[in-house]
Amino acid sequence: MLDLRQIEKEYDGQPLLNGLSFSVGKNETVCILGPSGVGKSTLLRIIAGLEQPADGEVIWNNKDISDLPPYKRKFGLMFQDYALFPHLDVFENVAFGLRMQHIPHIEIEKRVSEALEMVNLRHIARRSVTDLSGGEKQRIAFARALAPKPKLLMLDEPMGSLDRALRDQLTRELHILLGEMDIPVIYVTHDQEEAFSIADKLLILNEGRIVQSGSPQYVYTHPSDPWVASFFGLNNRLHGKIISSDPAVVKTDIGEVTISCVSERFSHGELVDVVILPTAVKMEVENQSQNIFTGKIVDSLFKGNSFTTQVKIGSDAEFTFEIPEKLSKGDQVTFTIDPDAILCFGRKD
Amino acid sequence: MKKTVFRDQHFLFWIIPILFLLGFYFFPMASIFWRTFGTGTNALTTNQVNWTITGKAIGFTFYQALLSTFYTLLIGIPASLLFGRFSFRGKNILRILSTLPFIFPTVVVAAGFNALIGPNGWLNLLLMDMFQLSTPPIHLLNSITAILIAHVFYNTSIVIRVVGTAWEQLDRKIENAARMLGASPWNVFRKITFPLLFPSISSAAILVFLFDFTSFGVILMMGGAKYTTIEVEIYIQTMQFLNLKMAGILSFIQLFFTMLLTFISLQISQGKQIPIVPVIGGEGSKKPNTLYEKVFVFIMAVVLVILLVSPTAALLLKSLLSYSTKDLSGVLPSWRLSSENYSGLFINDRQSLFFVPPITAVKNSMLYAAGSMVISIMLGTFIVFGNSSAGRSNKWIDLIIMLPLGTSAVTLGLGYLTVFSTSPNSIRWFPVLIPIVHAIISLPFVIRIIQPAVQSIPENLHHAAVTLGVPKHKLWRIIDLPLIKGPLITAAIYAFAISLGEFGATSFLARPEYPTMPLAIYRYLNLPGAENYGKAMAMAAILLVICGIAFITIERLQIKNKGLNSK
Amino acid sequence: MKKTIFIFAAGLLLIAACSQQPNNLIVMTHDSFAISEAIITAFEEENNIKVVFLPSGDAGSILNRAILSKNAPVADILYGIDNTYLSRAIDENLFEVYNAPLLAEIPDEYKLDSKNTAIPIDYGDVCINYQKRFFRENNLDLPTSLKDLTDPKYANLLVVENPATSSPGLAFLLATIAEFGEDGYLEYWNDLKENGIVVVNDWETAYYTNFSGSAGKGAQPMVVSYGTSPAAEVIFSEEELVESPTASLVEKNMCFRQIEFAGILKGTKNRILAEKFIDLMLSAEFQEDIPLNMFVFPANRNAVIPQEFLDNIQLPEVPAVLETDKIAEMRETWIGSWRELMLQ
Repeated sequence: MLDLRQIEKEYDGQPLLNGLSFSVGKNETVCILGPSGVGKSTLLRIIAGLEQPADGEVIWNNKDISDLPPYKRKFGLMFQDYALFPHLDVFENVAFGLRMQHIPHIEIEKRVSEALEMVNLRHIARRSVTDLSGGEKQRIAFARALAPKPKLLMLDEPMGSLDRALRDQLTRELHILLGEMDIPVIYVTHDQEEAFSIADKLLILNEGRIVQSGSPQYVYTHPSDPWVASFFGLNNRLHGKIISSDPAVVKTDIGEVTISCVSERFSHGELVDVVILPTAVKMEVENQSQNIFTGKIVDSLFKGNSFTTQVKIGSDAEFTFEIPEKLSKGDQVTFTIDPDAILCFGRKD
Repeated sequence: MKKTVFRDQHFLFWIIPILFLLGFYFFPMASIFWRTFGTGTNALTTNQVNWTITGKAIGFTFYQALLSTFYTLLIGIPASLLFGRFSFRGKNILRILSTLPFIFPTVVVAAGFNALIGPNGWLNLLLMDMFQLSTPPIHLLNSITAILIAHVFYNTSIVIRVVGTAWEQLDRKIENAARMLGASPWNVFRKITFPLLFPSISSAAILVFLFDFTSFGVILMMGGAKYTTIEVEIYIQTMQFLNLKMAGILSFIQLFFTMLLTFISLQISQGKQIPIVPVIGGEGSKKPNTLYEKVFVFIMAVVLVILLVSPTAALLLKSLLSYSTKDLSGVLPSWRLSSENYSGLFINDRQSLFFVPPITAVKNSMLYAAGSMVISIMLGTFIVFGNSSAGRSNKWIDLIIMLPLGTSAVTLGLGYLTVFSTSPNSIRWFPVLIPIVHAIISLPFVIRIIQPAVQSIPENLHHAAVTLGVPKHKLWRIIDLPLIKGPLITAAIYAFAISLGEFGATSFLARPEYPTMPLAIYRYLNLPGAENYGKAMAMAAILLVICGIAFITIERLQIKNKGLNSK
Repeated sequence: MKKTIFIFAAGLLLIAACSQQPNNLIVMTHDSFAISEAIITAFEEENNIKVVFLPSGDAGSILNRAILSKNAPVADILYGIDNTYLSRAIDENLFEVYNAPLLAEIPDEYKLDSKNTAIPIDYGDVCINYQKRFFRENNLDLPTSLKDLTDPKYANLLVVENPATSSPGLAFLLATIAEFGEDGYLEYWNDLKENGIVVVNDWETAYYTNFSGSAGKGAQPMVVSYGTSPAAEVIFSEEELVESPTASLVEKNMCFRQIEFAGILKGTKNRILAEKFIDLMLSAEFQEDIPLNMFVFPANRNAVIPQEFLDNIQLPEVPAVLETDKIAEMRETWIGSWRELMLQ
C-alpha cells in the first residue's frame, strides 16, 4: 500500500534521512523504532505531506503522492504531544476532521460519539481540552485521528509523556484497537517494549536508514549488527578472533568462547564482536565441557522474576546477566554460557 | 482581605504605576476638565458651535477609523504570516523599516507621499512619460484614499509586531494536526489559526483603531480641508476658537468611545487566552519551500516594500536632491544630487537665536525617547506582572491603561499646562515632563504587547522553577523576563518610536534650549525657500537613519539576569 | 534595573538643574519667532539677566496658554498675538498698560489697542503668491481682483488654507469678507469652489506640497502665502538667484494685513525689565533685524529695511481691513459657515 523509495532529507545541513526505503502492507502495523533525534518524526511528516523530502518518492497504492498536499492524502497522524485544538472542546476536536469532509451534522454526532465511546471518554465530550489529564488527552487525540476513518494511521510517540502504568494499560488497549482496524498503521517510538507489543513488523532506524526490519521476536533475537544489539540493551560485548570454525570458537579477553553461529559462517582468524545475551547464563556446571567461566558478583538487583546481576570476569570485564537466584555481593561463582545465546558479528573495519 | 493585599507582592507592583498615572495622567486631565466645566472661569458658551460640522466629524471619525483598521488588518495579517512563519533574506531589515514610519512627523510623511504619488510625483511623471499623458493619471492626495494609505503606512507595523510575534509562537503542530484531518490551507486558517490568533489580532486591531480614531496629522495633511474628525475639531475648538468647553465635550466623547471600544474588545477576547508555546526567536519560522510559499513571500515582501518602505526611501532620496527654483522654461522641474542640504544644516546663516544644530536635536530627541522608553517599559512590566500575578487579569486595569491612547494630545497638553505650568520657575521642569508624557502615551502599547506573552507562560514553568529553588518573588525576573524578551523589545521599540514622532503634547512643553528633531523639521518648514525645504528633508533623513540604528541596537539588546543567560 | 532608574532620574534632575537661572525674563512667543542672537546677548549682559524664550505654538495657542495661566502667569511678556485675536486678549485683560516711549515711532494705523496694553511690533501681508513661469509660459494674464479668481481660465490653479486650522487661511477668508461683505463672501467661495479651488489645512502643505513655485513642485501655480515669501525664495534658494521665481498679487483688497503685538503679562514680577524688553523690541536695532529673521515688516517707521528683503516684494497699496472687534465677534460664525460650505 505505502512505499517509500530512497527518501533523502537534510536538517541544518546534516543528512537526516539517507536514502531510506521501506513499505507498509495492507492491515500491517509497522513500528519504527530508533533513538531520539534520528528522524522518526520527520519521516512521519514526510509521509503525511507536512514536509517535502529533498529526494525520493512516497508511493501510495502505486501512485506517487509526493506532490499531494497533506489534507488531500486522507492519512491520520497522532502527534507526539497530541496537538489538540485548545480553542475547541473535546467533541469539536474529534469532530474536526469530519466537519472538513462536510459530513451531515447527525452523522457527525454519531461518529464522534462512537469514537469517544471507543476510547471510553464519552462523558467528557463537552469538556475543554486544556483541562484534561495526560491520558485523557492521549485518548482524545487518538479518537480525533481515527474519527475521519483515515486510510493510513500514523502515531508519533503516542505514549510519550505518560507514566509507566498508564502506558502499559494504553498500549494493551491500543494493540486491541489497532488489531480491529483494517488499515495500515505506522507507529513511531523509541521504546522497544511498546514496539514489541504493538508491531507486526519492526523497522529499526539509525543514521538515516532502516538498519533492520522483521518481526519483533526475530529482530530482538537476531540483531543485525552490534549497534542494534546495544540499542536493545544488549551490552555484554566482547572483541575477539575466530580460532576454530567448526564448532566456532572465539578467543576473547575472558578466554575462549564457543558459539553456535547459525546465521553466518566465520573463517579462521577473522575478527569478530561477540554479544552475550543476559539470559545466557546457567549456574549448573556439571556435565558441561565448554564455556565455563568464573566471576565475582559486583551487584545483584531484584527485578520481579529474576535478579539483574553484575558479574566481573577476569580483571576488568563486567557483564550483566538475568539470574533466577539471589547471589551475594563479593561471592565467586562459576557458571556456563549457552552457546545458542551468544551473538556474533563480523567486524567491518 | 486588606492584610493579604499588603503582604502580597502585587501591592508593590501596583503602587508605582498607580501613583504615576494619578500624578501624570488623571491629575492633569481632571484639572483641565475642571477648568473647562467647573466654576465659570471662562464665559465660553456652546451657542456658536456648529453642530452640523461636529456631527459630521463624529461620523467621519468612525468611518475612516473603521476603514483604516480594516485595510491595515488586510495588509497586516498576511504580513504577520510572512514575519511569523517564514525566514527569508532581509527579514530583520524589512521588519525594522516597516516600523520606521512611526517616528515621522506627518508633515514629513506627506512630503514623502507627495514625492511619490503627488500630482508632480515620480510615479505620475513616470506614467505620463510612458504613456504620453498630458495630465497626471493618479489623484490620490487630498482624498480619503490618501488618509487610508497613510494610516496603513503608519499602523501596519503594529499588526506585524503584535500578531506576527503571536504567530511565531503558535505551535505549528496544531495547524499540522488540522491539515492531517483534511483541512485545506484556507480552512486551517479559518478554523484554527485565526481563532488562536484572535486575542492578539483583536489586541492589535484595537490599538490600530484607537490610533486611527484619534488621528490628527494624517487627517489634516493627507485629507485636505474636506475631512474633519473629533480630534481635529478638538484642535480647532481649542486653538482657533478658544472654546475650551466645546473642546472638553468633544474630549469626553472621544474618551467615552475609547472606553466603550476597549471594553467591547476585551469582552470579545475574554477567556480566550490560548496557552502558546513560548519560543525563542526564529524557531517557528522556516524558509519558503513550495512554489506557493515562495510566491507568497515574494509578493508580500514586495507589497510591504511598496507600501511601507518606498515613502521612506522617497524621503531619503529627496533629502539628497538639491532643488532648483530658478525661473527657467522646461517641463520637468530640475533636480540634482547633492549633499548641500546636509552641510547646510550645520550653518547658522542668520546668526539666529533659535538655530538648531542637528546634533543637538538628535541628542535631545534620543534622550527623550530613551527616557520615555525606560519609564514606559518599567511601568508596563510592573502593571503586567501585577496583573498576571493577581490571578486573572483585571479588566478595569486593562480599560484604564488604554485611556491615554484615546486622549486628545491637545487636551493632555493643556492639562499639563494647567497643572505643571503655574509659575515662571515651573517651566524648567518641562524637559523632564516630555519623556513622562510620552511614556504615558506609549503605555497602552507596551502593555498590550507584553501582556499576551506573559499570560501565555505556562504555570508549570513557575512550578518547576519554584521546586528548583527560585524564590517566588523572583519568578518574574528569572523565568518570565527572559521568556518575554521578544515582546519586551518590540514594546521598547514602540515606546522609543512613539516618543520620537510625538509632536502634539510635546509642542506644549517644548523649550527652545532643548529642541527635538520634529521641532527642528517644523522650524525649517515654517519658512519659504528651497534651502529650508531641503534642510527639512535632510533633518528627516537623519532622524530616519538614526532611528534605524537605534532600533537595530534595541533589537540586539540582551536582557541580562543574574546567574541565568537566555539565548 | 534599579541602577538604570537611578541614573535616569539623576540625568533628568541634572537637565532640570542646568536650566535653572537666578533671574529670568520669560518671553512667550509663537513658533515662528526668530531674532539674531547678538541682540539678545547684548540685552542680557546689559541687564545682568537671562532671557528665556518659550515658543508655544501659533497665535491661538499662545493666547490659550496665556488665558489658562492668567492667575499664575508663566511668562513676563507675550509676543505674537495678531489682530485677528487681539480683541480676545484685550477682553481677557491679559496685559498691563505700558506707554512705551517708542510708540511715538509707530504709525497709528497699527495701534489697534488704544489703551496701549498690546503693543504693535511688526506686520505682514497675506497675499496670493504665483509662479511667474506658469503665467508666462501659458500666456495667462494675472488676476487683478479677488473676483477674477472665479474666472474659468483660473480653474484649478489656486490652493488656499483652511481658515479653521491655518492663520494665513483665516486672513485670506477675512480678505474675502472685507471685499464681498458678510452677505456676499459665501457666494464668492461657492464660485471659487466650482472653479476648482484646492483647500488644504496648513500653510506647509499648501506651499510645499501643492504650490508649483516652491521646491515641493506641486500642481497649483497660485497659493495663499505671505507677501514676503518671494523674497524668502531668493534668500533661501539653493543656488544664486537674482529674481524670485514667484511674486505676490497685491491689487486692492487682495491681501490681508496681519499685525503682531507684544504685551507685558499681568502679574509679572519683572515689570521694569519687561518694559526694557518691550523698548528693545521697538528699538531700531531689533526692528531692523526682524525682516530677515521672521520675514515680516517692522512696525517702527524709522527702521531701515534691508534692500535684499525689499528687492523681491510687492507691497499692497490697499490691504483688506476688518475691525478687530468684528473679527473677534464673528470669527466662529464665519469659519463655521465657510466650513459648512467647503466641507461638502
